[in-house]
Amino acid sequence: MSTPVTKVRLKQIEQLIAKGKRLDERGLHDYRPIKIEQGLIEKAEGSARIYLGKTEVLVGVKVGLGEPFEDTPNEGVLTVNAELVPIASPNFEPGPPNEDSIELARVVDRGIRESHAIDNEKLCIEPGKKVFVVFVDVYVLNHDGNLIDASALAAMAALLNTKMPNYEVKDGELKMKQGYTPLPVKSHPITVTMGKINNTLIVDPWIEEEQVMDSRISIAINEDGNICATQKGGSGYFTPQQILEATKIAQEKAAEMRKKLDW
Amino acid sequence: MNEKPEKLIDKKGIRLDGRKADELRPLKLQVGVLSNADGSAYIEHGKNKILAAAFGPREMHPKHLSQPDKMVLRCRYHMAPFSVQERKSPAPSRREVELSKVIKECLEPALFLELYPRTGVDVFVEVLQADGGTRCASITAAALAIADAGVPMRDLVVACAAGKVDDTVVLDLYDAEDKLGAADVPVAYMPNLNAVTLLQMDGILTNEEFEKAMNMAIDGCKKIYEMQKEALKTKYMVVKEVGEE
Repeated sequence: MSTPVTKVRLKQIEQLIAKGKRLDERGLHDYRPIKIEQGLIEKAEGSARIYLGKTEVLVGVKVGLGEPFEDTPNEGVLTVNAELVPIASPNFEPGPPNEDSIELARVVDRGIRESHAIDNEKLCIEPGKKVFVVFVDVYVLNHDGNLIDASALAAMAALLNTKMPNYEVKDGELKMKQGYTPLPVKSHPITVTMGKINNTLIVDPWIEEEQVMDSRISIAINEDGNICATQKGGSGYFTPQQILEATKIAQEKAAEMRKKLDW
Repeated sequence: MNEKPEKLIDKKGIRLDGRKADELRPLKLQVGVLSNADGSAYIEHGKNKILAAAFGPREMHPKHLSQPDKMVLRCRYHMAPFSVQERKSPAPSRREVELSKVIKECLEPALFLELYPRTGVDVFVEVLQADGGTRCASITAAALAIADAGVPMRDLVVACAAGKVDDTVVLDLYDAEDKLGAADVPVAYMPNLNAVTLLQMDGILTNEEFEKAMNMAIDGCKKIYEMQKEALKTKYMVVKEVGEE
């Protein structure tokens, strides 16, 4: 899923990490610089672009009308989709979503859904019949590693920027009114991804480190510092101790980021 | 599913299906159930009924997907249309694509991929009936199918979930608990290597609950591991008896 890197360089990354250093001079638990811009797509109800180092992800949110699911008649619907657009990497190809983009979308979805980030009941217009449907579309524009964290942050930033159209129901008929209200967001999950290189955990792996690491773990943390979603990826493994260490790191990093972002 | 029950666990700590918090559902494991597959296994995990078949190591189709330096493992997790209450379309859903990926990634650490360059192993999992925890049961069966195909492994991979239901951490959630419970933590594990090869989680858990759930799931895995080994041995015992006649 990435541009080829010479074996010498991969070896160098590995050796540096054994000494507690990284090729781009970050500490093992440091994120790359993060920059978030909100509301740059006027036609979308919400949008945000994130730069995580050179990784760049744009998220657009569209709010439409639809039917609720049968088992949750009083709740709006959230759908997350991710596109690994071919402009983002020489290895992304046009076509229907592959397993990588589906996993990305589902991990972002789980973080938002399981932390109850959106107050779904406030999206209900008519129980069992009409609700708001929130489409979150993750658009990867430049792949330089750690798409999960970048996408999760951008998705949250876009949701915070999202407006819902005002409406009223008169005599059983739905009428749209002038103006908008902000999407009811009640929680701000932050997802922290770590890679494992020779039994050392590193936070926010960039694209070259992603080729050295044998597995990764992503943990979504809510305001209370509780864990609301995790996903292990890659063809390696973790010991139970490493997983507990990873949850601790994730909690620290999430708290740090929450402070910075004021979420 | 009908009405939501008020409590999933009663005052004595007994769950709706009569189990204690740390009790597994009844399991039945069988190896070598499909004659056309190189290896196969069948699992009944509670009401889950799942078949797994392994083919290979064999030449890959299409050929360009093969790797010059290692074997390629491919997995497909698929649910039969009749396996759930509402008919499921046979086309692969996004959930199935994701599960296929995580199942592949949880089995790979068990295999010596570098010893079989240019080849492929295909594992197909068919869920015939689903009742919560199918990914875990699928992994347990898939690992047995690969072992049955004679592919050398570092260890069997075994999987089991734990979760939170009515503020209690419980082992091996079934459908109703999975849907109505507060959290679900599926874990795949290689007992001999103390290696967690799959870990997912949804729901909200504190640190302590998460640690407890993970350890409970690992303990569940260790119990199923013994049954897995027994199932493998059983197949070869039967062969021996026939040979003696």
